Amino acid sequence: MQTRREILSRSATVVGLLATAGMLPKTVLAAWSQAAFEAKNMADAVKALGGGAPVESKDVTITGPDIAENGAVVPVGCATALPGVKRMLLLVEKNPNALAAVFDVTDAVETNFSTRVKMGQTSNVIAVAMMGDGKVLFAQKEIKVTLGGCGG
Amino acid sequence: MADPMRIRAQVAGDKATVRVLMSHEMETGQRKDSAGKVIPAWFIQDVTAAINGKTVLTAQWGPSVAKNPFLQFTVRGAKAGDKITVSWADNRGDKRTDETTVS
Repeated sequence: MQTRREILSRSATVVGLLATAGMLPKTVLAAWSQAAFEAKNMADAVKALGGGAPVESKDVTITGPDIAENGAVVPVGCATALPGVKRMLLLVEKNPNALAAVFDVTDAVETNFSTRVKMGQTSNVIAVAMMGDGKVLFAQKEIKVTLGGCGG
Repeated sequence: MADPMRIRAQVAGDKATVRVLMSHEMETGQRKDSAGKVIPAWFIQDVTAAINGKTVLTAQWGPSVAKNPFLQFTVRGAKAGDKITVSWADNRGDKRTDETTVS
């Protein structure tokens, strides 16, 4: 025979367990484009974000070093002077998952971003601009990596 | 709670350059520890920047952004005294928001 107190304390424990185990998936934000970040190459990533076939363009620029000594920290920048950019993507072609970052652009910011990425090996880094009119433009640059930044 | 971000916003003409340095492990989920077990992925997924409360930039990041991420962007029409707020959320649900004033 269980007392009321025992039952109550047990149900409290169960609720606590549910909170720790069950809450985790809920905290993952729905806005994050899982499919795009799991894509292995540029075409798939762009497709997952609802873009068409990418076309190489001189109006998009990607900046970075020619040789990166440490693949764990590679400074790269992507920019374009074109108006009407909706999204800017940054990809590292030979990383396990190519897509590194997606920037949703508003009129108040310039389409010029710099960040740092990890690179597993020598690879092309790609800047993709997804335009408001559905065009997808990209630029790429090879960065040589002497020491990889992924895996152990 | 994660360590605070370092944000610097400087006016140049009619725009402001914002530099953000976040403090985060950015574990890829590809690495293994000394016992051969995969270290679970832990990285910033969403970044939002706002000026005077109005969102101007949202970004989604994957695990290939480097540890202690750096981000630089330029805000049009910003002037000294404007408030820049940057916040991030990682895949474990941890969040952080920091604020600075444009100078």
